[in-house]
Amino acid sequence: MAALTEEQALLQEQARSWAREEAPVAKFREMRDSGNEFGFDKATWASIGEMGWAGIVIPEAFGGVDVGYLTFGVVLEELGRQLTASPLLASGLVAATALIAGGSDAQKKQWLPKIADSTAIVTLAVDEGPHHAPASIAFAAKKTDSGFKLSGQKVHVLEGMSADAFIVAARTSGTPGDGVGISLFLVEANAAGVRRQRLRTADSRGYAQVTFEGVEVPSEALLGAADHGDALLQATLDRARAGLAAEMLGTASQSFDMTLDYLKNRVQFGQLIGSFQALGHRASGLYTEMEMTRSCVEAALQAIDSGAEDTPQLCSLAKCKAGAFLHHVSNELIQIHGGIGMTDEFDAGLYLKRARALEATWGNQAFHRDRYATLLGF
Amino acid sequence: MAEARDALEEFRTEVRSWLAQNFPPSLKGRGAALMGGETIGEAESDARVWGKRLGAKGWATPTWPAEYGGGGLTQHQARALNQELDRAGAFNPLVRTAGMGITMVGPTILEYGSEDQKQRHISAICRGEVFWALGYSEPNAGSDLASLSMKAEDVGDHWVVNGQKTWTSGADHAQWIGVLVRTDFEAPKRDGISFLMMDMNQAGIETRPIELIGGASPFCETFFNDARAEKNEMLGELNAGWTVGKRLLQHERQSQTGASSGMGGDGSRKSLRDVAKDYAGVDAEGRLADADLRSRLTAHMMDAKAHKLTIARITAEARGNAKVSAAASILKNAASSVLQERAELMIELMGHSGLGWEGEGFSSDELAAVRGWLSGKAMSIYGGSFEIQNNIIAKNILGLPENTQRG
Repeated sequence: MAALTEEQALLQEQARSWAREEAPVAKFREMRDSGNEFGFDKATWASIGEMGWAGIVIPEAFGGVDVGYLTFGVVLEELGRQLTASPLLASGLVAATALIAGGSDAQKKQWLPKIADSTAIVTLAVDEGPHHAPASIAFAAKKTDSGFKLSGQKVHVLEGMSADAFIVAARTSGTPGDGVGISLFLVEANAAGVRRQRLRTADSRGYAQVTFEGVEVPSEALLGAADHGDALLQATLDRARAGLAAEMLGTASQSFDMTLDYLKNRVQFGQLIGSFQALGHRASGLYTEMEMTRSCVEAALQAIDSGAEDTPQLCSLAKCKAGAFLHHVSNELIQIHGGIGMTDEFDAGLYLKRARALEATWGNQAFHRDRYATLLGF
Repeated sequence: MAEARDALEEFRTEVRSWLAQNFPPSLKGRGAALMGGETIGEAESDARVWGKRLGAKGWATPTWPAEYGGGGLTQHQARALNQELDRAGAFNPLVRTAGMGITMVGPTILEYGSEDQKQRHISAICRGEVFWALGYSEPNAGSDLASLSMKAEDVGDHWVVNGQKTWTSGADHAQWIGVLVRTDFEAPKRDGISFLMMDMNQAGIETRPIELIGGASPFCETFFNDARAEKNEMLGELNAGWTVGKRLLQHERQSQTGASSGMGGDGSRKSLRDVAKDYAGVDAEGRLADADLRSRLTAHMMDAKAHKLTIARITAEARGNAKVSAAASILKNAASSVLQERAELMIELMGHSGLGWEGEGFSSDELAAVRGWLSGKAMSIYGGSFEIQNNIIAKNILGLPENTQRG
């Protein structure tokens, strides 16, 4: 990334070599073939915790290092290159963000240090249908004498099989589509009435469908004020999208590098196929797109760090552009590799499958185009 | 760091007070109109005065060496100067009156010119006194520029030049022209080319304007019949013109990355978003009524933003190093795509009103949109076409093996 500080550049180098040596795509393949229900390797996750990456945005008082989202993006990009599977994004970035911004002192004390050292996994449960639609949340939390009672289902919950706690976005007032009346609750996975079912997806990660059957929680389980969780949810989702976009940039950059490498080594008709202009121009087009995407991802992360006013639109821009580029390059990865790209033995398919899962998470391109236009007032 | 910051702030203060004393208020905010070639009435003479003052200060070419008439500023100071110009509603009129002098010829002379050439040409460019044209393309040498055939013969005390150049922008009112000529017909085609600088004020050079699909254009055909070039006007070594000429093209690409203003595209002064609302209407919630158009418009605006952010990122990465960057090719391609798409959307939004050619029944914005849309088609052709830029990216940035693709 551009104009990184010395610390960020060092971290990038560290993350790159660690991912390449300790958590490469071969290890992801091993995990996939083992049938691991969590969708990540526990030892890999523990190493990530030891290196302190899960505490990158967590304040020092709660066991983190608090060095910002651009720094987090640097790490996520490198892990995205190797398809390194871990709850780093879901727990260390997304859940931590919600807790830092909306958690009570007690909640922060209880969860943030454990998130930072990877001994606990917390994840956001927001979506209820096949498409990301936070404004249409219907999942109900009813007020009781001592707190709230949660009933409903959340789907496609990242790291849902391994989470120790969920941050659940629920409706406490208003009607779906309102965009107001949302409250966030921190619910432990072992609470009575919480059931989870594994969703086996093409990208072999640890998604779950989580059902809450009249789960009773005290008022202290609220994250932020009741009925006013919309802003907190939006801010959390924007940081989630920017972080995800950094991971996508890594996955896309690696797809591009693999393709470029093939163009320089594969010989047909007695010459390297990279000498064919029809292929060279496609590579040039992808490269141009990659540069544009990098600028958007970095701008979003920097906007978050500097508290810029246009953070929401930059996060939508980053997620949308990263989605478009990843979509394009993952298809070219297969096409340019030809037959070998179609084999499961080769890694291209792993990147293609992961690409689509990432695109669908927290708003696809259409979602973010619509949001961008709305934010810009048309 | 803190000291550097203070020094920069001090410089800003100096710029502000100089602008307050020297920038004519009548010109405030009229840069776009003036640079776009519109007549601005009585402010015209103020514009001349302003150009003279800016040129005398060296600030029309802020980073060029002061000993030749440039501003002698650092990149940081130059950026601060630009910001202050913007803030004051001021602009640099000499970029236009110097033709290709400031953007391309000057930087190349500074790099390859002899001391004598720098003394004679640079300060005149800094003051905006000489309009420079360039003669590169020929009727049979476009993308394959190295096959050019305009001939220069050594006749002892000067060169005699015969042949034709085309797409010589502004040649009809240029005072000087830089041309690529063939000085060796036996050598491989790239090794027999030289770069000559020629005084346009001679009978042996004639120009004829070219009318384009969008109407009148700055482009000309230029004919050389026993034209004369002085011996001391060869830029770089004999037969090394390809290297000099390519370097100049890099400066050209840099000026077409969209980083500098005035790249036009559709000639309209209204934002695309406002035009969309005016012509396509909005629904009860303020959204564009046409959902398909809204989505495509948004995709375009995202592309435009991404391009802008990329210019900013690459500038930040260069950390004040103004060397011509390899990224110029990707930025040029992105710029032409974004601006052409913008022009296409503009006329699509305007519907039948976006197809007026002249006369009654169309607003000036509508007429400008049509002309801008048509003339903008040239952006992906000149300065190395879209395809040539892709060749350059493939070869120079990605390191792909060369076949017939050349940059």
